[in-house]
Order: sequence, then structure tokens, then C-alpha cells
Amino acid sequence: MSRPLQSDEELIRRDVRAWLAEQEAKELLRFITCGSVDDGKSTLIGRLLYESKQIFDDQLEALESDSKRHGTQGQRIDFALLVDGLSAEREQGITIDVAYRFFSSARRKFIVADTPGHEQYTRNMVTGASTADLAVLLVDARKGVLTQTRRHSYLAQLVGIRRFVLAVNKMDLVDYDQAAFDAICADYRAFAEKIGIAEWVAIPVSGLNGDNVMSRSDAMAWYSGPSLLEHLDTVPLDAAADAAKPLRMPVQWVNRPNQNFRGFAGQIASGTIGPGAEVRILPSGRLTRVDKVVTMTGELEQAVAGESVTVTLADEVDCSRGDVIAAAGDPPEAADQFEATIVWMADEELLPGRGYWMKIGAQNVTAMVQQPKFEINVNTLEHLAAQTLGLNAIGVAEIATDREIVFEPYAVEGTSPNKALGGFILIDKLTNATVACGMLHFALRRSLNVHRQHLDVSRETHATIKGQKPAVLWFTGLSGAGKSTIANLVEKKLAARGRHTFLLDGDNVRHGLNRDLGFTEADRIENIRRVGEVARLMADAGLIVLTAFISPFRAERHMVRRMMAEGEFVEVFVDTPLAEAEKRDVKGLYAKARAGELKNFTGIDSPYEAPESAEIHIDTTQLSADEAADLVVERLMARR
Amino acid sequence: MRSLTHLDRLEAESIHILRETVAEADKPVMLYSIGKDSAVMLHLAKKAFFPSPLPFPLLHVDTTWKFRDMYALRDKVAADPAIQLIVYKNPEAESKGINPFDHGPIHTDMWKTEGLKQALDTYGFDAAFGGARRDEEKSRAKERVFSFRDRNHRWDPKRQRPELWSLYNVRKAKGESIRVFPLSNWTELDVWQYILKEKIEIVPLYFAAERPTVERDGLLLMIDDERFRMNGETAVMRKVRFRTLGCYPLSGAVESEAATVEEIVAEMLLTKTSERQGRAIDRDGGSASMEKKKQEGYF
Repeated sequence: MSRPLQSDEELIRRDVRAWLAEQEAKELLRFITCGSVDDGKSTLIGRLLYESKQIFDDQLEALESDSKRHGTQGQRIDFALLVDGLSAEREQGITIDVAYRFFSSARRKFIVADTPGHEQYTRNMVTGASTADLAVLLVDARKGVLTQTRRHSYLAQLVGIRRFVLAVNKMDLVDYDQAAFDAICADYRAFAEKIGIAEWVAIPVSGLNGDNVMSRSDAMAWYSGPSLLEHLDTVPLDAAADAAKPLRMPVQWVNRPNQNFRGFAGQIASGTIGPGAEVRILPSGRLTRVDKVVTMTGELEQAVAGESVTVTLADEVDCSRGDVIAAAGDPPEAADQFEATIVWMADEELLPGRGYWMKIGAQNVTAMVQQPKFEINVNTLEHLAAQTLGLNAIGVAEIATDREIVFEPYAVEGTSPNKALGGFILIDKLTNATVACGMLHFALRRSLNVHRQHLDVSRETHATIKGQKPAVLWFTGLSGAGKSTIANLVEKKLAARGRHTFLLDGDNVRHGLNRDLGFTEADRIENIRRVGEVARLMADAGLIVLTAFISPFRAERHMVRRMMAEGEFVEVFVDTPLAEAEKRDVKGLYAKARAGELKNFTGIDSPYEAPESAEIHIDTTQLSADEAADLVVERLMARR
Repeated sequence: MRSLTHLDRLEAESIHILRETVAEADKPVMLYSIGKDSAVMLHLAKKAFFPSPLPFPLLHVDTTWKFRDMYALRDKVAADPAIQLIVYKNPEAESKGINPFDHGPIHTDMWKTEGLKQALDTYGFDAAFGGARRDEEKSRAKERVFSFRDRNHRWDPKRQRPELWSLYNVRKAKGESIRVFPLSNWTELDVWQYILKEKIEIVPLYFAAERPTVERDGLLLMIDDERFRMNGETAVMRKVRFRTLGCYPLSGAVESEAATVEEIVAEMLLTKTSERQGRAIDRDGGSASMEKKKQEGYF
């Protein structure tokens, strides 16, 4: 549904082709509206849709009947009901989730992200703001700038919105009084200066009556600025700024229909691209030139920021999904440690040190977040000390990725934000939920500044003296699966062959090194991290290390694997079905867990993530402990 | 420097979504309903992966009650060697002879909702493209581009994944799936403008022509084949077209003179009823009916 403005109707009747030609040249502006239901936000959007004829008669009929049932405007039409789409929202009269609305003017098409105002929906607001060029902040003329106005301004600015409209609504309820409007502007000006919002305009409106929404209202002769729609029609777009920046094109997909064609498909994040352009492929840094920009309807001479294209390169360079094609003379950096602002979006809080999937551009890596440097109080903008981040919390923390990623700082003074290579999401590896989003500030130089002490006796020397190849045999499996039993037998067999070994057992370590740790998820992660570090030191000393820990989470096992040299980490999955382990219940722990006396017990009320590709897989229902130990030794010795 | 129009931007976004799905999903499929939105989505997919053939099959969940013209276009599309088409019919609905005349809402439920779930499970598709748009209906306005479904294909509007920038989370556990809507941000007018600009072939039923019809329950129904049951009515030739296409006994026509895309656009812009109004399916269950159907697994 998309209907023309009144003024267009005549042209459509007369010459629809001419009208369509005009439509084709329209630009697109995406904006967000923030404010609570009390500020009349949904009413204002409803008004924009209504006045630009975006509402059909059958919808109007439904709206009238809904208004009588759930409306808050008595017998009048409640425009808010047009916008609140979920039944829970209509019943409770609140906006829960972001809704996208569409309308157009003579110059532009608009996509409005209508976002909820309450603090508990901060994540939804951030979501809506992430794709917007502009924010319309609603304030009630009777109430003025409130805490939530400041919070919304801050959040919108945080995700890179540079242009703001302060829509002072419900002017009809203050008798269209200029003094009331001026006071609110002065108040907001002070705040905008404080947080660095440079581009903003204030417009006095009445969503209910339509004053200054589409056109300037006679009710406020003292106001000489544009109406809301006039402003939305003329405000500059971020797209122009994006095109003026150096070329960045994240490679999304390699197009290889046959031996003769190898194209790189992606959406141009910034700059322009065309045949002959000198480009650098990152992170490899290889230089080459663009050969062609290929489309179904012919080759392009130039493609610009925002377009999804397929390019071919002059040389056979290595380039795959996640790589970035960039301007040769002005490429982005690659790094693996960063400072970032993080917005936490999940009920389960951040676990510092835990590995999360991080998606940035077309790059997928594992990232660990450190304990936050501070959390930001979104109402007062104060910095608070924080151990972690909970739902809707915003904080600044350091992040380490398991390999280098190509990135750009998200926010850059004076130009559009680098959304494609500066914005990221974090995904829980267990539930696959999107738990956070973030904006990169800069790369940390720590890895360059803090050099490790050089050791004269190298790890190779240690290994050579012992006449063996170091390894970490990492036994994982349920409690009672037989990890310790098998590990013990393996160590005996290796010792018998004159190998230098050491067995790190879960229970023993918890009596000493990890005495301070409990069984919460965070403590279990730290437990494994410490054991991993110790195992690495021992492997550096040339030993064959055996560890027996439940280590239920793939992310942590992966973390330890990454600490070791290539091929040194040997994951041994001691595979005993839960029912079997519980039947054995050597330590009586399952009985306790079933009785509710032990919390977070793996297999009962805490998950076990089985390895997907362990180096050695032992099915204890098929092999005795001794046979299993033989298998491990045999595989270890066969390793080259 | 060229500046992009709103259609350029919508096209680029849709192509990005199509490619992202293909790059990250294990086994994607495109729901092909033969309507104008499907036609646009298919055209975008051809552009996204050119010069490669489509890297996924098309799936038509057939109810056996579509218009004959729709089957004709479907078969023409499938004749392209670069396109693989799967036609799925719910065997239970087929054996029970479920039809729109005798079975009311069960017809849609069994052929479409159940048929779709069965097809996705049978072939193990983990991501399915659909042509739905956010401007069509209120609950769709709140749905993500990548809409996560649990093992039972259910949609939980309260547990949607946040969707930021153009970063889509395509991860899911085994058995779970994702419905992907590349046209989320398109409006009906955008679709028509794009059809015009790109010269995309659509089913002739969208254009006005003399067709045999009867008026029933406020809808103008077309008698497309001999299975149509007359309730003592007589067929009347009317110049009609269809704004949306589904099962022919459930699709209401509008009287119209519009025989070209331009004329359709003009009529659409000057008309006073919304696109879904001709669909019986949205009405049963009140204003929340689409939200409810979606939770149950309807596309």
C-alpha cells in the first residue's frame, strides 16, 4: 500500500507514465522515531501515513472499529492502533517491537522505524537506529525534555545517527505557545552541546491535529522553520558521504560458475569501483586491479557505495568470503584486539572470557570480551564500574578475536559512520541467539608493545632433549564417563615406553590451583582457561600432558586448542551415554544432582556439548578402559 | 557520480540478503508462489548470482487449486535449465480430496501451512526465501528479515533476534530453520515499478480481461475450470483482474480496465482498498489472524 499525495492524483489520472518517471528518481531516507506512547509517537506516524494517503478505506474501517474497542481517544480515530501491530501491543497500548512503516513525499520515499520508548526496550531502539539516517525525537510540549529524551538522543548518536529532529508535540495542549517551545529548545540545546550533537532542528507540531506535520500551520505563525515533512524531504543523506570515502567492499560470496569465471560478490560499503581501479585485498594485502564489474544486463563503468555488485580481478589472487576489496592507496587495518562499545541484548549476561561468535561484515570469528572497563548509565551518562553487562546494558570493553579481522573505527568525526566494517554482533555459541551488538573504537597496540621475554632454551630444545613430540591429550566427557580412568592407564602405558608425561586431573586441580573457583558458568570457564595455560607451559617444557576435565563447552575447548601449537592439541572424546554414566555414578554425584542438591551439574541441568570432530573418539560401550587406552597411545604414536 | 534511487537501494539490499543466505545456510530454497512478488524475488536472485545458475531450487507448494494461467507460467519458468523446480503436494490433503468448497479454512491449513512444513522437512531445507513484505499486514511489519522458526516451524514474536545494520544471524541448531524475506522493505508500488522497469513477466491474470465470474459473499470469483461449483448462479462475463493470486475459488477479482502495468499502477494509486482485501484468508480470526497463522507456521 502506497498511495500518492493529493497533488499527484491529478498527474496520475492524466499521465501515469510521467508520474512513474518522477517516482523512479526518488531518493530513500530511513529514519527512526523515538519517544513513549505518552509523547504521541504512534499518533504522529499514523498521522504521516494518513495525510500522505497511505491508509486505504478498508484499513480505515478496521481502524475505526479497533479505535472503539482498544482506542485511547474515545470516539476519535486512534492513529496509534495503525502502527502497533502485535496483539499484545494493541491490548496493552504500548509499542514492544520495532515496526517498519512506509510512505512517500513528492521527493523521497521514507522507511520509518518506529521504536518503543521504555528503557527495557533499549535493544529494540538500537536495532531500529542502526539502519537510520536521522532520528525524530518526540517530546510532549507540556513535559519538555525528559530523561528518556536524553537517553534516546544518546543511543541514536551511539549507533551513528548524526541528524536529529526534536519534534515538540501536543502543541495544541499548550495553546500553541511560543514560550513553551522556546524553553524546551533551550533545554535541549544545552544537552545536545554536552554530548556533541551538532545537527538538530526543533519543530513544534501537533500529531493529533496535524499542525506542522505535512505543511506549516497557521496556528503557529511565530514559527518560521520547515514542517516535519519539508525537513525530511531536504535533509542530506548519509549515502553521499559514504560514496565520497575510500573503497571498501566486503566479499560476501565467490561466484564461480565454471573454470573461466571467478567473480567476487558483495555490497559496496563506501567509495566507488570500476574497471582498472587499483585495489588491495585484505587481510592478505595483495595488490591487483579490477577487471570488470559484471551484471546480468551488461558491464558497468562505475558502481557506487550501496550497490550490490560482482567484480572480477585482473590477477589470480587469493580472495574469499570475509576478505575486503579496498582502495589500494588507502586500505583499512587488520587487527585482533580492540576496544569497543557493546550493547548487551540478551537475558543471560555477558560472560567475560567466554568465546562468542562475532560477525562483522562477512567475517565470522570467535571473540572474547574482557571484563568491561565501565558501564554507561544511559540516563545520566555516568560511567559505572561493572563486572559484566546485563540486558540493555551498554559498556566499553576490550575484545580479542581468534584471528585478525579487517575493520574500521565505527564513528568518525564529521562523516557517516563505518557501519559495514565497524559494527558487529555477538552470537551465543550454544543457543545461536544474537546476544549483543557493538561498535569498534580502535585496535589495541598491546600485542606490539608487550613483548614476551626471549628464552634461550626454546621449546624445541626441551622437546629434543626428551626425545618426544609434546602434546596435550584433552579428555572430555560426562562426569563418570571414564576420563580419569582411561587417562591414568594411558599415562602408565606412556611411562612404560619412557615418555615424559604429566596428568592434570580435574578433581586434583580443584584442590589447589583452582581452589578459589566454584561451579558457575563463569568459574567453569576460568577453570578451563587456567588448566589450558598450565598445559601449554608443560607442553612448552616438552611434556606429553594429559588432562581429564568434563569441559562441557565447545567454546572453551576451542579456546584451549587455540593456545597450543598446530597439531599439538589432541581432543579425546570419552563417549559414554548419560544413562550409562548415571547408572555407574561412581561418586554418587548424579543421585545428588537428581535430588536437586547439586546445581549446574553437566548432563542434568547444565548442557554437555559433544565434540563435533574430536581427534580420538572412544565409545565406552564398545571398548574396555584398557582397549581405549591402547587406542589413544597408538593414535598418539602414529601422529607425525 | 551516480546517486542511487530508492529502487536501486531496495534492489541492492535484497541482493545482499539473498547472497548472505546462500553463503551461510546449508540448504536454502526459494518459495515460489507464482505471484508478482515471487516473480520479482526470482528476478533479483538471477541478478544476485549471475552468471551462475540459481544456487538453490524453487519450491512450489501446490494446492492443485491455482489458476491455470499460474501453472502455465510456472512451467515456463521451470523450463529454464538454470532453474530447478520442486512441486510439493501434501499427500494427505490429496488423498482426502481437500478443497476450498467443502473444507473452508482447513483447505489453506492442510495444503499450504501443512504442505509447506512437510516439504521443508522432507527435503531438509534450513532456509526458505519468501516474498512477504512489511507493508502488507501489521504483524509482518514487525517481523525480521531473517525470521527464526523452531523445530515445529513456529514463530515467536516475543523472541525475535535483534537485527542490526545489514548483519544477519543465520545460525541455528539442527532441525530449526529460517524464513528469509528479501522484499521486507518493498511496498506494493515498489514491486510494480520494478516489474515495469525490469520488464519482468507476470501472470496475465494481473491484467484486466473478459473473464467468466460469479459474485459470492461479496467477492467476485472467476470460474477457472470445471471444478467450480455453482450455487444456482450463472456465470457473467466481466472485465476483471486480480490484485493477488492464490487458489482461484478463494481469490477475489476486481472489475478493472487496466491492461498494462502503468494502468494497474494508476488504478492502484487511485483506488481505495488495500491489496489483501481480496483475500478470504486474512479475515477469519479478526485483526490478529495473520499473527496467529504465522505462529503456527504459515509463511
